[in-house]
Amino acid sequence: MFDFTEEQIKRYSRHILLPEVGGQGQKKLNQAKVLLVGTGGLGSPAAFYLAAAGVGTIGLIDADVVDFSNLQRQILHSTPDVGRPKVISAKEKMQALNPDVEVVTYQALINSANALDIIKDYDIVLDGSDNFPTRYLVNDACVFQGKPLVHGSIFRFDGQATTFLPEDGPCYRCLYPDPPPPGLVPSCQEAGVIGVLAGVIGVVQATEAVKLILGIGQPLKERLLIYDALDLAFRTVKTRRDPQCPVCGENPTIKELIDYEQFCSI
Amino acid sequence: MSIQVRIPTPLRKLTGNQAVVSASGGNIKTLLESLESSYPGIKERLSDEEGNLRRFINIYVNEEDIRFQQGIQTQVKPGDDVSIVPAIAGG
Ligand SMILES: [Zn+2]
Repeated sequence: MFDFTEEQIKRYSRHILLPEVGGQGQKKLNQAKVLLVGTGGLGSPAAFYLAAAGVGTIGLIDADVVDFSNLQRQILHSTPDVGRPKVISAKEKMQALNPDVEVVTYQALINSANALDIIKDYDIVLDGSDNFPTRYLVNDACVFQGKPLVHGSIFRFDGQATTFLPEDGPCYRCLYPDPPPPGLVPSCQEAGVIGVLAGVIGVVQATEAVKLILGIGQPLKERLLIYDALDLAFRTVKTRRDPQCPVCGENPTIKELIDYEQFCSI
Repeated sequence: MSIQVRIPTPLRKLTGNQAVVSASGGNIKTLLESLESSYPGIKERLSDEEGNLRRFINIYVNEEDIRFQQGIQTQVKPGDDVSIVPAIAGG
C-alpha cells in the first residue's frame, strides 16, 4: 500500500506498529529532508538516529576532519577515521546502517555565501555547530527561508535544546540577542565537555526532527530545555518572540546574512 | 527566607562549585548585588558597566525571562526560583 519492500517493512516494523506513525508516517520519514549543521558531538547521534529512522535525505555540512580529540564524544567517527573528512566518515556509517537514506555531503564551512542555497532544499535544519557565528548565521538563514530550526548546544556539563518554528514563537536572536564578545569568554582550549552530554542533546534534536516530520506531539517550541548532567536534571523555561528582534521582529534591521568573526564559545 | 539562585556550570568557579546559592531579594538588581557580596566577580560576568544584563545571559524568575518582564527591575520574593542561563555554543 505504501510501496515498501519486504526488507523495509521489517526494518521499519517497530515504527509501523505505532499508531502515531504507521505506514503513512514511515513514508513521511522516507520522504523528508533534514540538514545537519555540524557532524560532531551533536550531529553524530542525531545523524545516526535519523538514518536509522529512514529519513530519506540527510544533508551534512562540516568542514572539519576527524581528530583524536573528537572521538570521546563524536560517535559516528572511529579511530581509523582520524584525518578523514567528518562528512565522509559520517556518510559511510549512515549508509551502512540504512542504505535507504541518501546522504548529501558538504565539506565546507557554512557561511553567508552558501547558507541560503544549501538550506533551501531541506524541510528542517538541526544546528549542532560548535560556535556562535555559525549559530547566528544558521538562525538568520532559517528565518529568511521559513525553515524550522532545532537548536542544540553543549558546554562542560550543561546542555540546551529548543525548536524555533517559522512565524510561531521566537528565533535564536530572540532568545540570545547578541553573541558574547570574544574577550569575555575562556579560550576553546580551556573549555571541556563531558562526552555523554552530546548524546543526550543530539538525540533530543533528532526526536524533535522526527516529531516535526510526523506532525505528532508537542514541539519544544517557546520552551528552552536545560539539562544539567551533574544534577541529572532537566528543566524548561519559557522563551518568547521579541517584537524588537533584529531578524524576526516587527522592524527587522538584519535583512541579509552576516559573517561574524570566529571566536571561541563561553 | 532567601531566594534560591541556580548557577550555570561556567560560573560555579565563583560560587565554590555550588549549583544553587541563596541570595536576598527585592529585585534582580539588588539580588545581583547580594550575589556579588557573597561571590565577588559574579556581577561583572552577568552585567555590563551600566549594570545592564549582558545580552547573551538570560535570567529566569520562575521560568519567565526577565527581559520580557521588567528587566533587572523585576521583583523577586522569597520562594522564587531564579535561574541564570548563559548562551552556550558547543556541539
Ligand atoms: Zn527573533
